[in-house]
Amino acid sequence: MDRKVIFKGRALPLLLLLPQLAVTLVFFIWPAAMAVWQSLLQQDAFGLSTEFVGLENFAEVVADPAWRGAAANTAVFASSVAMLALGVALFLAVQADKAIRGQRFYRTMLIWPYAVAPAISAVLWLFLFHPSIGLIGRALNAAGVLWDYQLNGSQAMLLVVIASAWKQVSYNFIFFLAGLQSIPKSVLEAAAIDGARPLRRFWTVVFPLLSPTTFFLLVVNLVYAFFDTFGVIHALTKGGPGKATETLIYKVYVDGVDNLNLGSSAAQSVLLMVFVIALTVVQFRFVERRVHY
Amino acid sequence: MLRRTLAAVAAAALAFVAPVQAQAPAAAPVEIQFWHGLPQPLGGLLEKIVSDFNASQARYKVVPTFRGSYAETMVGAVAAFRSSSAPHIVQMFEVGTGTMMAAGRAIRPVHELLASTGVNIDFADYLPPVRGYYQAADGRQMSMPFNSSTAVMFYNKDMFQRAGLDPNAPPKTWAEVEAAARKLKEAGIACPMTTSWPAWIQVEQTLAIHNQPLATQANGFRGMNAEMRLGGALMVRHMQNLVEWQRQGLFRYGGRDSAADGLFPSGECAMAFASSGLRARVMREARFQWGTAMLPYYNDVAGAPRNSIIGGASFWVMNKGPNAGETGGRSAAEWRGVAEFFRYIASPEVDAKWHQDTGYVPVRRASYELTRRAGYYAANPGADVAIESLLRGGAATDNSRGIRLGGYVEIRTIIQEEMEKAFQAGQSAQQAMQAADTRANAVLRNFERQNARAAQ
Repeated sequence: MDRKVIFKGRALPLLLLLPQLAVTLVFFIWPAAMAVWQSLLQQDAFGLSTEFVGLENFAEVVADPAWRGAAANTAVFASSVAMLALGVALFLAVQADKAIRGQRFYRTMLIWPYAVAPAISAVLWLFLFHPSIGLIGRALNAAGVLWDYQLNGSQAMLLVVIASAWKQVSYNFIFFLAGLQSIPKSVLEAAAIDGARPLRRFWTVVFPLLSPTTFFLLVVNLVYAFFDTFGVIHALTKGGPGKATETLIYKVYVDGVDNLNLGSSAAQSVLLMVFVIALTVVQFRFVERRVHY
Repeated sequence: MLRRTLAAVAAAALAFVAPVQAQAPAAAPVEIQFWHGLPQPLGGLLEKIVSDFNASQARYKVVPTFRGSYAETMVGAVAAFRSSSAPHIVQMFEVGTGTMMAAGRAIRPVHELLASTGVNIDFADYLPPVRGYYQAADGRQMSMPFNSSTAVMFYNKDMFQRAGLDPNAPPKTWAEVEAAARKLKEAGIACPMTTSWPAWIQVEQTLAIHNQPLATQANGFRGMNAEMRLGGALMVRHMQNLVEWQRQGLFRYGGRDSAADGLFPSGECAMAFASSGLRARVMREARFQWGTAMLPYYNDVAGAPRNSIIGGASFWVMNKGPNAGETGGRSAAEWRGVAEFFRYIASPEVDAKWHQDTGYVPVRRASYELTRRAGYYAANPGADVAIESLLRGGAATDNSRGIRLGGYVEIRTIIQEEMEKAFQAGQSAQQAMQAADTRANAVLRNFERQNARAAQ
């Protein structure tokens, strides 16, 4: 109602919206529509022969054991990254929230890793954990631990989880710290006067009051683990050994770019798109209402 | 329709006019777009050849652009073709050959280009494994061979000495390799042997050297309906050996593709199977005496050893886009420029210099001779091992000519994945090779379906 007071007619508001609409259309809607269209086709790489196959690509993708394996990897990977990144960040934020000497320096250092590009951070981890050139990798082998993530699938998964989570800890840390600082001191003091010890205060007062932040971060971290960890996996393991660290997004890349199998790759990305839409809907419609503010 | 006809007429008219214009002294040179996938320092050496060509004449100007890795260059060229802006020349790795050959109107075969422009290149002088890799089944040249390598064995002479082995008699057969590896292990060397490019060297090369098929239809040369044959007796035997040697600590799996390259020059592994192109890095980094030898073979296999196969890349000529028609969307002058550039890089002097600068093999016999007469091999012992292994055993057979399978980039990954599962002891060598066959056949059938009509 008040909008009509500000704008007379529809032309001006539409005109003002136009640039944003155009950007959305050209950079988001159009490519997404192309992906949906491509997912219905079987086509050679050069686009010289095209066959409309309906939902056949989807049927093949879902029936493909390699895709199911990638989906299982993604579930393990995303939940581990989210848990690890959230857990470590919360612990660090709680420590940083206390009055300690050199607080400022400590906080700044914790935020730094976020500025490192995923591929670069992966290379740093490579130099640490490579079985023959890595500092820690060599030490592990010297200590009798058979460490070789190039051949051991679980070790490879562990490594990409740690490398991906490490980068996300800084981001989570900032949000947790802000969340902690917005908790009124009076509530904590009241709990303390009632005789609650620090640990109990944390679980019954601080943690519930942090839950909006935690939930927001959970969604962000899941999306990060799903879509933004490509660089880490590409630089560290290339999805191997075998297919032990091949996640859904990595498989989209391999099938589309390396294997030039556009129909299958498009079908997989459409499935991922559906997943993100579902995750967003769940976030806004279902869980967010239950979170205690 | 009318508009397209008009465009064709205009293009044809231009084609007649363009050469005349080019002869006028003031005319700007015809630009030829050339995409390559060689990082530094190789890319710089390649671009030097291009600028030398540009300086050698005034009518054509080849513009080189680095487009990232081979795979990225390939995807870039594919995308450019789809939007009608393909480069004239694109460098494509050898495993992309099957895909390019099936690309129908996307490419202009080199033999067609040479015939239509009247430029002659003596392909008979090219090393058979090099030219054969890029020829159609009937022997017509499809792409322009350029940077080619093959697999060789590097060995650490200091470590051989320490283990009581003769540093000047590298093992020739796998039995000798195994015996040497045991001695090296006993002498306290943690990594007796490793391999780079597990699929290319331990599978493709091993099969070629023993004259065994990787796939039916002459490894795909005779048709897209080829089927994989990795589950054959020799391959299973070799894979079993590698797995067993790895278990006993005689062999170390160093990762996919070139990941294991660093293990030899760093002095970690005593024997390494790697691309002959690793030579430059070994010369620069190794702080020990080392030698080069041909790949080992099983001496109880009849007909072994034969020539090894090549790796590396060749130059493909591309039409501009899907709707470019008969002219390929280019003027006659542009086609002529591409052909002239090819004639230039085919000259023995250019090829010999490229070979000596980079460690790639000379692709022509004439350049090999030229290098030999210049005393290069006397000054650099072992630099000719790669060429000798490409020429070993006489003319290439159906099994040692090369690989011509569509979607082969994916198949190589599949082979490496299944090998890794075998090394993890998740499956036996036999299971690994059979699983690779099954998965690779699915890729081949998929490719056949997608390209059946495009190739016509």
